[in-house]
Amino acid sequence: MQSERKIRILIAKPGLDSHDRGAKIVARALRDAGMEVIYTGLRQTPEQIVETALQEDVDIIGLSILSGAHKVLFPRIMELVEQKGLTDVMVFAGGIIPEEDVPEMKKLGIKEIFGPGTPTEKIVQFVFENLPERT
Amino acid sequence: MSDKEKINQITRERERWENTTLPKWMGQRPERKSEFRNHSDTLIKRVYTPEDIKDLDYMRDLGLPGEYPFTRGVHATMYRGRLWTMRQFSGYGTAEQTNQRFKYLLKEGETGLSIAFDYPTIRGYDSDNPFSQGEVGTCGVAVASLKDMEVLFDGIPLDKVTTSMTVNGPAAMLLAMYIAVGDKQGVSREKLGGTTQNDVLKEFFAQKLIIFPPKPSIKLVTDIVEYCTKHMPRWNPISISGYHIREAGSNAVQELAFTLYDGITYVESCLERGMKVDEFAPRLSFFFASHNNLFEEVAKFRAARRIWAKVMKERFHAKNSRSMWMRMHVQTSGCTLTAQQPLNNITRTTIQALAAVLGGTQSLHTNSFDEALCLPTEDAVKVALRTQQIIAHESGSADTIDPLAGCYYIECLTNEMEGQAMDYIQRIDDMGGATVAIERGFFQKEIADSAYKYQGETDEKKRIIVGVNEYTTGEDAAIPILRIDPKVEEKQVAGLQKLRRERDNRKVDEVLEELHYAAEKDENLMPVIIEAVKAYATIGEMCGVLRKIYGEYKELIVI
Ligand code: B12
Repeated sequence: MQSERKIRILIAKPGLDSHDRGAKIVARALRDAGMEVIYTGLRQTPEQIVETALQEDVDIIGLSILSGAHKVLFPRIMELVEQKGLTDVMVFAGGIIPEEDVPEMKKLGIKEIFGPGTPTEKIVQFVFENLPERT
Repeated sequence: MSDKEKINQITRERERWENTTLPKWMGQRPERKSEFRNHSDTLIKRVYTPEDIKDLDYMRDLGLPGEYPFTRGVHATMYRGRLWTMRQFSGYGTAEQTNQRFKYLLKEGETGLSIAFDYPTIRGYDSDNPFSQGEVGTCGVAVASLKDMEVLFDGIPLDKVTTSMTVNGPAAMLLAMYIAVGDKQGVSREKLGGTTQNDVLKEFFAQKLIIFPPKPSIKLVTDIVEYCTKHMPRWNPISISGYHIREAGSNAVQELAFTLYDGITYVESCLERGMKVDEFAPRLSFFFASHNNLFEEVAKFRAARRIWAKVMKERFHAKNSRSMWMRMHVQTSGCTLTAQQPLNNITRTTIQALAAVLGGTQSLHTNSFDEALCLPTEDAVKVALRTQQIIAHESGSADTIDPLAGCYYIECLTNEMEGQAMDYIQRIDDMGGATVAIERGFFQKEIADSAYKYQGETDEKKRIIVGVNEYTTGEDAAIPILRIDPKVEEKQVAGLQKLRRERDNRKVDEVLEELHYAAEKDENLMPVIIEAVKAYATIGEMCGVLRKIYGEYKELIVI
């Protein structure tokens, strides 16, 4: 039954960035809120991330990046999301992403970006309020 | 009155106070919380008295500075003789840019260098590897070959500074490059002073930048220790690091215990190699974080020295007292710094730096107020350095040795932390050691749980973070941030490709083949890596050879 399917969410770490404290906390908070969380582990290429999203049939992709490489990696990820027809998947992100880059990232189709100091309940609430159509 | 009688008298007085004075105050002015706990979840008493340290034996537990068990410090004169080394972790963009930053910091009074390498370098990839795209120079300086290292130290005489290098998997390659720059400058290996982090164990569960599986990783660490013991008497071959453990989310006791356990594991590995404990142990060094709770941190540094001294004496039967001393570098805690109201970070860093100084560190990095936003700008790092200088010259903290010794609270906490850390050490021993604990995800789980708990306490406002979950009024003042020009990558890649065209490629092939054979035969790789570096073989080429032989570590995911 549609309504009984848990929300499936992929938490992904793109690039060489290996800061995982935040990603793991967010993954656990979402899991504690009742979602099915798949965590990619560190150092994923955009191809690997989108492939996993496809395989795992997720509703949402959450990108965590603290390395400053988002300007190169996010456009590639969003391009692949589009190419693979994952257009009904909601993508959002967090980490160290300068304020001035946010509009550019949103233009790529990234729904929201949460920086340091964000309470986890705010992230959970955002997910519930922004579930993509398919769920 | 005997000591025992004195304590009994205090106990009686305290009980009287608890029944008479205290209840009146509790009625009028109740306590803010039902209980007070520090970061390690230790219950903090209302007030500490001589009762709490009644079993303290001064000479056994504290001793005198520069002597066993080194609780009071590793030197007999401490900061009265020489201040700690002020060493700011720095690196961004190209080697030229970081060379400028080094010179700027030295001019402003920094007394030691510390290199932050970019992701490709620490992961053993060349700047033009596909994995390096977007990452060149963004989180540290790009060093792909000896050419970059030469530029990095241009105009900086290696016999006049000491340098710390935050690198683990490819530590041997970066050390070899430093040696090669020394050779070019005419500074011999015996004169080179500094540190390679070279602590792979914590990479598996804290920093996560590991390249090779545990066994070859530890072999490489041991190669460096062996090489330095023979040829580089002023070099610290390992910096056994708790910093990353703490920053990944552990509490203070876990940081203490896991770090010391890593230290024990390296000592065992060197002994297995046939080295004598008193030959290499004096040059082992440590690296800790200094978090927000001033007293807990001071106690941690003191407990660390005492435990290490005992471990070296009792577990490893060291004879030379220098094998028992724990020298340390401290970095203030980055994860306590906030993106909100960033100027508040200056205050946090000051308190944390003070804890490190009161705790007797040998070397210190203070974070910049833009920590949660970007790599430090020149202005921000200057304030961070000035913070150390103010503590050193204006606060009076450096005038006497171990000023908090004898404080009931500090001594009690020092004892408690030692006990709690020893319990963990026993547990890990019982499990079969650090590698087993890593394979079982023990450290990973402990750290992840503590990190999640800390986040939960912050979210629920059980833990107040000024400017984040309380006192959040007003717009945050925007501060300038450091941005890495994407042209850095183009420039670096062009330079590397030029190097590949111009160097003697036959020679490079030869040394890489030698490296391959030496690795297969399980020889000490340092000599051949020095040869390879001098032929301008790149980080990616050298690590590529080792990746083929050793394989790559696949992360054990523990959420
Ligand atoms: C902890 C830390 C480390 C630890 C990492 C431990 C670990 N296993 O994670 C250690 C000490 C190992 C470390 C090392 C390095 N670090 Co570091 N580190 C930090 C630090 C201090 C805190 C990060 C953190 O964990 N915060 C706590 C968590 C809970 O917060 P968070 O990750 O921001 O996550 C929150 C939000 O961002 C958001 N979020 C995060 N991910 C996601 C995902 C989704 C989907 C959503 C919705 C939300 C979300 O929600 C979370 C909860 O609020 C930051 C500075 C800072 N104060 O932020 C620097 C920082 C990230 N590090 C930095 C650097 C450069 C490095 C190194 C590369 C240094 C070097 N050259 O050697 C290495 C690389 C290590 C690595 N593993 O990749 C830089 C990055 C610079 C930049 N981007 O321009 C920073 C910003 C510090 C600085 N100013 O220089 N680091």
